[in-house]
Amino acid sequence: MTAHPEVASAPTPAPPTAGAQRPTNQRVRRLSRTDLIVVSVMVAVPTLLVLVLVWFPAIASVALSFTNWNGIGPLSSVKGVGLTNYVNVTTNYPPFWPAVQHNLLWLAVMFVIATPIGMFLAVLLDKEIKFSRFYQTAIYLPVVLSLALIGFVWQLIYSRDQGLLNAVLGTTVDWYGDPRYNLWAALVATGWRHVGYVMLLYLAGLKAVDASLREAAAIDGANERQVFFRVVFPVMRPINVIVLVVTVIDSLRAFDLVWVINKGRNGLELIATLVTQNVVGEASRIGFGSAMATFMLLISSVFVVIYLTIVMREERQK
Amino acid sequence: MTAVAEPVTVAPQPRRFPKPPRIVLHVFLWVVSLTWLFPIAWAVFNSFRDYAYTAQNGYVSFGGFTIKNYVNAWTQGDFGLHFWNSVVITVPAVLITLFLAACMAFVLTRFTFKLNLTLLAVFLAANLLPPQALLIPVYRMFRAIPMPEFLSDSGTLLNTQLGVILVNIAFQLGFCTFVLSNYMKTIPAEIYESARVDGASVTRQFFQLTLPLCRPPLAALATLQVTWVYNEFFWATVLLQRGDKFPITSSLNNLQGQFFTDYNLLSAGSVLAMLPVLIIFFALQRQFVSGLTLGATKG
Repeated sequence: MTAHPEVASAPTPAPPTAGAQRPTNQRVRRLSRTDLIVVSVMVAVPTLLVLVLVWFPAIASVALSFTNWNGIGPLSSVKGVGLTNYVNVTTNYPPFWPAVQHNLLWLAVMFVIATPIGMFLAVLLDKEIKFSRFYQTAIYLPVVLSLALIGFVWQLIYSRDQGLLNAVLGTTVDWYGDPRYNLWAALVATGWRHVGYVMLLYLAGLKAVDASLREAAAIDGANERQVFFRVVFPVMRPINVIVLVVTVIDSLRAFDLVWVINKGRNGLELIATLVTQNVVGEASRIGFGSAMATFMLLISSVFVVIYLTIVMREERQK
Repeated sequence: MTAVAEPVTVAPQPRRFPKPPRIVLHVFLWVVSLTWLFPIAWAVFNSFRDYAYTAQNGYVSFGGFTIKNYVNAWTQGDFGLHFWNSVVITVPAVLITLFLAACMAFVLTRFTFKLNLTLLAVFLAANLLPPQALLIPVYRMFRAIPMPEFLSDSGTLLNTQLGVILVNIAFQLGFCTFVLSNYMKTIPAEIYESARVDGASVTRQFFQLTLPLCRPPLAALATLQVTWVYNEFFWATVLLQRGDKFPITSSLNNLQGQFFTDYNLLSAGSVLAMLPVLIIFFALQRQFVSGLTLGATKG
């Protein structure tokens, strides 16, 4: 069930031409018996781990979403139920559509607000200016903190009775509890971290842009804005895609922050928290939770493919 | 004398936007930086203040400094135990991940076979899948795998730190393999050729040539991985059901209940929990940043 012998077993020798294309590589065929065993083990152990703990569960989630398994009976008693779980999730499960909306809003805010801020700060800091080191450190410091911890740090600001925000504004809003505000409160806290992360990625990308390109453009009379949009931005296309993918995937799997706030209830429903609630809680509805898990896998796989296409294209060029 | 100043005024630089003065840029960046630091600074500030003082004077006040909160948070939150749990999970997870990723990357870059690129893609994609979507099968699988009594009081892989370590390894392998294989490609083949002529086995080549040469990316990845595994929340929370097995990051959720009314104590707990990553960050900032951007930019 879990084994994929064609992948996990010893590597097949390459066709003779492959060796000629890549002179740096040694062909497997030339190895001694012991070396062949060593090489096989070196590939098999990590591959097996990834297949058993990531890929098999991914496939199993999809498969279970078409069954009625309640998690108690033996697997042999499982019956296929077609799309019943999907129908139930979409028509008969009140938190589902709000959760989808929240995830979309999450993505939109990260993409339209936090990402451009991070990019803008990176452009400002990608110059020889004083204190640049301090500015950078301050802005990406939140990146080292876990989102669970970030939930706590911001609670000191958002709390109704003891929080800073109410003390300053003179209000008595429960920022984490009130369903009118709590998603926005969570988004500010996440955005705080996301900006730093995006800035870091773009700073690395900007450093990689060939300085002579900019100089050439500047000599031709382009102003700073033109240089950025016409020269720098296009050159950074791979990093733009990576930032896009990171933003989408992180928005899709947003979990830790809302889980520490209130386990994803009362205005903070997200798809990831609904899946978790359906498995870990008292009511374990396997097929039902799997249908939502499949939904997540489907969306993420689109972006994983985009990401891999970019990365592997560069890989082949080397 | 006046003639000297003249050329400057007659020839304004053509087609150039007037640059805002540097001072505006700096003021802006200072404001942003301080705003960004503020939430952390606020937590640190209040963690040193007496609850009775802030209860009376409000949080927007100054005074009532004490370190009592740290003592209380440490004992009430059982930080000693949870820090130890974090060590028990993080250290083996990071070491094994790096070792296995190095093995994988070594074979992928040194030997040509049909599935090179496919395998790399399989590993890298695994890094990006939403963990919650894999929860059901992993949870069920762990519950069905029996474990000897001395390793697990539940008798299964569920509710053991070993289970959390394994999941962390599987999820981090992709990224590390990718970064390491990119680095290993830059090692010239001649080095290996001469080693092979001298009769060095694959094992010796790996341990005596590749691993020592890969020290820089391994250091960057180790820094990053320690932070990530330490910060990992989801798997530890759902796979370990007993509070006394939680690492720090997951145990925070329990603290919330205990510290509910005392935010100074909560601040002290948060600062204690962030201390290890902040120390790593400031001590090894260069490693951290290069690790984080390695996967994204390469080269």
